[in-house]
Amino acid sequence: MEFQAKAFKYGDDINTDYIISGKHKFKSADMEAMAVHAMEDLDSEYYNKVKPNGGFLVAGKNFGMGSSREQAPLVLIHSNTKAIIAKSFARIFFRNAINTGLPVIECDTDLIDDGDELFVDLESGVVRDLTKDIEIPFPPLPPVMAQLLADGGLVEHFKKHGGFSI
Amino acid sequence: MITITGKTIAEKIFSAHSGTDARAGDIVIADVDFVMGQDGTSPLAIRALENMGVDSVFDPSKVAVVMDHSSPSPIEGVSALHTMMREFGKKTGVTVYDIGEGVCHQIIPERGHVVPGDLMVGCDSHTCTYGAVNVFSTGVGSTDGAAAMAAGKLWFKVPDTMKVTYTGALNPGVFSKDLILYLAGKIGVDGATYMALEFHGPVIDALSVEARMTISNMAIEVGAKSGLMVADEKTIEWFKGRGEKTPDPQSPDADAVYADSIEIDASQIGPQIAKPHAVDNVSPIEEVEGTPIAQGVLGTCTNGRLEDFAIAAQILEGRKVHPDVRFIVAPSSRQVYLDAIEAGYIQTLTRAGAAVVTPGCGPCVGTHNGVPSDGENVISTANRNFKGRMGNSNAFIYLGSPATVAASVIEAKITDPRKYFE
Ligand code: SF4
Repeated sequence: MEFQAKAFKYGDDINTDYIISGKHKFKSADMEAMAVHAMEDLDSEYYNKVKPNGGFLVAGKNFGMGSSREQAPLVLIHSNTKAIIAKSFARIFFRNAINTGLPVIECDTDLIDDGDELFVDLESGVVRDLTKDIEIPFPPLPPVMAQLLADGGLVEHFKKHGGFSI
Repeated sequence: MITITGKTIAEKIFSAHSGTDARAGDIVIADVDFVMGQDGTSPLAIRALENMGVDSVFDPSKVAVVMDHSSPSPIEGVSALHTMMREFGKKTGVTVYDIGEGVCHQIIPERGHVVPGDLMVGCDSHTCTYGAVNVFSTGVGSTDGAAAMAAGKLWFKVPDTMKVTYTGALNPGVFSKDLILYLAGKIGVDGATYMALEFHGPVIDALSVEARMTISNMAIEVGAKSGLMVADEKTIEWFKGRGEKTPDPQSPDADAVYADSIEIDASQIGPQIAKPHAVDNVSPIEEVEGTPIAQGVLGTCTNGRLEDFAIAAQILEGRKVHPDVRFIVAPSSRQVYLDAIEAGYIQTLTRAGAAVVTPGCGPCVGTHNGVPSDGENVISTANRNFKGRMGNSNAFIYLGSPATVAASVIEAKITDPRKYFE
């Protein structure tokens, strides 16, 4: 999978309440409607910035800490976020992202600035910062996760194989 | 020569549930003993099951959905989600805990749905709570939950374990909440990411099962997958009369390999406070004493159990909540509520000025039951103080023990509870 889009950069320890506040998550199961609230407590313009042309959410360490709400990766997907690129991820968010089909990339993000144009190639494991003309390699996902992502998430995996096939 | 080393609690439980010699780092497919979802996550799991084309669960007696986060429903949207859960229960035969039953993390062990040695997943991050009773329980997302409901198994990466030993003894006025807040302050919100925690030592041994749950509940706040303890006589006793299942407790081997070990002398710890807006932003209470507060909260899956009510009632007996403070109290289950009435705690707290709400999550996650106003400070027994957590991103949440909350609502400022235990 390959994507090109702009980077939208935030800091360390972005928690799931910032990604989608609990006060919204319980309102409905309509992710398209909830996506407008993605990241709003940190950046009220996030949805408007990312939705039209897509974007990469770039962050520091421990992205997605906090709750198990799957609405977190889902609202990001529905806001047209192509992948999350962070120094490290919280465990449940990482799993949920893979299970819902949102690519998560673990690499050093210090050199990437807000607004940089990025090109990401998941198979070869490289983030290319086209604005800065640099390449940042990242380690490939464990095979189980790579397969789930390739199948389009856990639901699609189940549909395709009639259960776990890993 | 190959040296075979011993195993941690996590490695033993995963070995027993996957039929393999499971070691930290291995990826295993393991059988789960129970699967749970709450009202914020079950609807997505139900939808994921539909999308998978699955219309039954692997074993209805091993699945429950709980309406606890927004309960009773405050708005139409939630009412629709609750209806969806009730219909799912009718269709599949899984247990439905409707409004008023309490917080999922109290109900699941209280009703004996899990017993020591079990492996279970819940669609809620604080599922780690039952580590206190020797269950490898961990929070997963709704799609994982759906897969587990459908297949009765799930893939796991067997975690490394960090061993935390509390030595010494607790001082009067200091509680298990203070122990876990202290740990969060010490190792940080990602201090144990991807790891299991194992809690040991004389301080843990001396705690009640309820007080132990407070510690395991917050394992996720340092990034851990589970917060395990061994099952001792108290644990086995606690499970008596709670269902049919036979416990299969797992203890670590003496030569188990730990990724990290920490020792904390509990005798050196006083009441701790996590300040806004991070759970690891912890100070000794002396540093924040006197901070004005507008709302106090006693309850949640961290500290809404009978013992917590006993502590608060002891402090508030014959005293009054300050007129400038709203004090919201939420029992963690119907059983806790009944027991607290029986013991007279609810009367004491209500007379003192508390507003008692339906057993459940209460105001913890900002959906209802006491959203703070702009600029207000809240002191709460909950486990999270993220910005916006209680429904208003312009409010400030401080976390402390039930004793600290009770002492603070009397004076409308953060107050050291130790004066009530002299
Ligand atoms: S009480 Fe709070 S932390 Fe516990 S399950 Fe409910 S919302 Fe989550």
